Amino acid sequence: MTITLSIIYLITTIAFVIGLKMLGHPETAKKGNLISGVGMGLAIVATIFLHDFEVPTINYILIGAALLVGSVIGYLIAMKVAMTKMPELVSLFNGFGGGSALLIGLVEFGNFSEDATQTSTIIAAIIIGSITFTGSLIAWAKLNGSMKDIRLPKYNLINNLVILALIAFGAYIVMYDSANLMLIYLLLAASLVYGVLFVIPIGGADMPVVISLLNSLTGIAAAITGILFGNMVMMVGGILVGSAGLILTFIMCNAMNRSLSNVIFGAFGGGDLAIAAVGKTGGTIKKTTASDSAIMLNYASKVVIVPGYGLAVAQAQHVIHELEELLTKKGVDVSYAIHPVAGRMPGHMNVLLAESNVAYDKLIEMDNINPQFPNTDVVLVVGANDVVNPAAHNDPSSPIYGMPILDVENAKHIIVNKRSMNAGYAGIENELFFNQKTSMLFGDAKSALTELVNELKNM
Amino acid sequence: MNELIEFISNNLQLLYILILAIFIGVELIKNVPSVLHTPLMSGANALSGVVIVGALLVILQAKPDDFLSLGLGFVAVVLGILNVVGGFVVTDRMLQMFKKKK
Repeated sequence: MTITLSIIYLITTIAFVIGLKMLGHPETAKKGNLISGVGMGLAIVATIFLHDFEVPTINYILIGAALLVGSVIGYLIAMKVAMTKMPELVSLFNGFGGGSALLIGLVEFGNFSEDATQTSTIIAAIIIGSITFTGSLIAWAKLNGSMKDIRLPKYNLINNLVILALIAFGAYIVMYDSANLMLIYLLLAASLVYGVLFVIPIGGADMPVVISLLNSLTGIAAAITGILFGNMVMMVGGILVGSAGLILTFIMCNAMNRSLSNVIFGAFGGGDLAIAAVGKTGGTIKKTTASDSAIMLNYASKVVIVPGYGLAVAQAQHVIHELEELLTKKGVDVSYAIHPVAGRMPGHMNVLLAESNVAYDKLIEMDNINPQFPNTDVVLVVGANDVVNPAAHNDPSSPIYGMPILDVENAKHIIVNKRSMNAGYAGIENELFFNQKTSMLFGDAKSALTELVNELKNM
Repeated sequence: MNELIEFISNNLQLLYILILAIFIGVELIKNVPSVLHTPLMSGANALSGVVIVGALLVILQAKPDDFLSLGLGFVAVVLGILNVVGGFVVTDRMLQMFKKKK
């Protein structure tokens, strides 16, 4: 490795750290992303040109072709995808990274297999790369709705046995049979299968946690391949992603009041737990119409909008912004209450609302908006369910018991827009809908809100 | 046990770097507001595309008649650059929307 190359890797590593740091603040985030991107570009170009081994032209041509094909496809996917599809996309790209790591491990197995340390690094890269590859692809398929949760009988036991067997198998190869390519293929196949088994039982509501975890694993896979090549930028970059991803995973678990093991082994969002919780509430619900709701909103002085994923599915972000502007013009104080896990990913709702030009300072985080609910005249809940379910406070048998929620029931009136009385993503009944202060505005979010806007315009 | 001790003494520098990098990662992310979690996840995801450096090294070191290494390396580079370019572009698109209004 030439000294210039080493210096460039050092610069890239610094760019990664600064970039990640800047990504953490709204004002500097865009620049931070650019800095890490430039750092990455430098590292790629330097790796291709500043090495000291003999490289035939054909290899350069292959590299050029691969970079061109991958960049064009990556750019097109990234530019075309709708903002609501973001979680799927992150998952997909993450799977590609894992796939890359597993292929590197596979190729290098033949080159390095004398030394036990190197063999175990390669095996770790293959196992982790494969798990993230198939795991992310399954997560992608589940998020875009083309695949349902599948729970094999005794899946926890099976999964634990499979991962233990994988580790034991890996150790066996390192110790006794490190020249046998057949065994590596077997290990590869088993790891790919484990990635599938690992993700298929996990409930939809927990998907963001899994994506974040897989993201962290890709980082670790990159770091391990970095150790193999003695390459600092891969090692440090990978570890940064690994630890950052892990922390983000825990932050998300906290927001849902669940432990990581509960997410992985609990298989929530369906099944027995949810059934136990249904049917406790009952009671009558109060239906309302768009014109009644419009009158209520018109004469309110403070309105809080609680957006949920239903809003995004119905593509109603723009209408809700129109509603907000209209009410503001009429002198109503309007803000949005954002639950940390609103949408399908933490912060997802902010991205969606920002896309439809909602001012950033109108989005208020849970801890700051909760004390404001008693002074709020009307809360408009659009397509959100579990994040406003009071069962989280007062029903210890509920699977979401203990999860921090938006305390909308403290407001004077609550209007809930929902398509039907179906339970939320977590499959739990919501007693908020039976509250005396609650009126239900049934209908698709987009058409219901459009109607509301039209009624308000006529007032 | 002896092998473990030998491994640690041979790779002391490596272990220092790994452990410090873990702490930096944790400290960088710990206090980020939840509004930025989605772009952050996607940005970190783009960074994990650094694995492409390894994929490039595979092709650079492959002999011209080693079709297996060349082929797998080619696919590895494609996947890696997809992760990098896609990740950064999509993060940028998301952050584009966080401009402060009025």
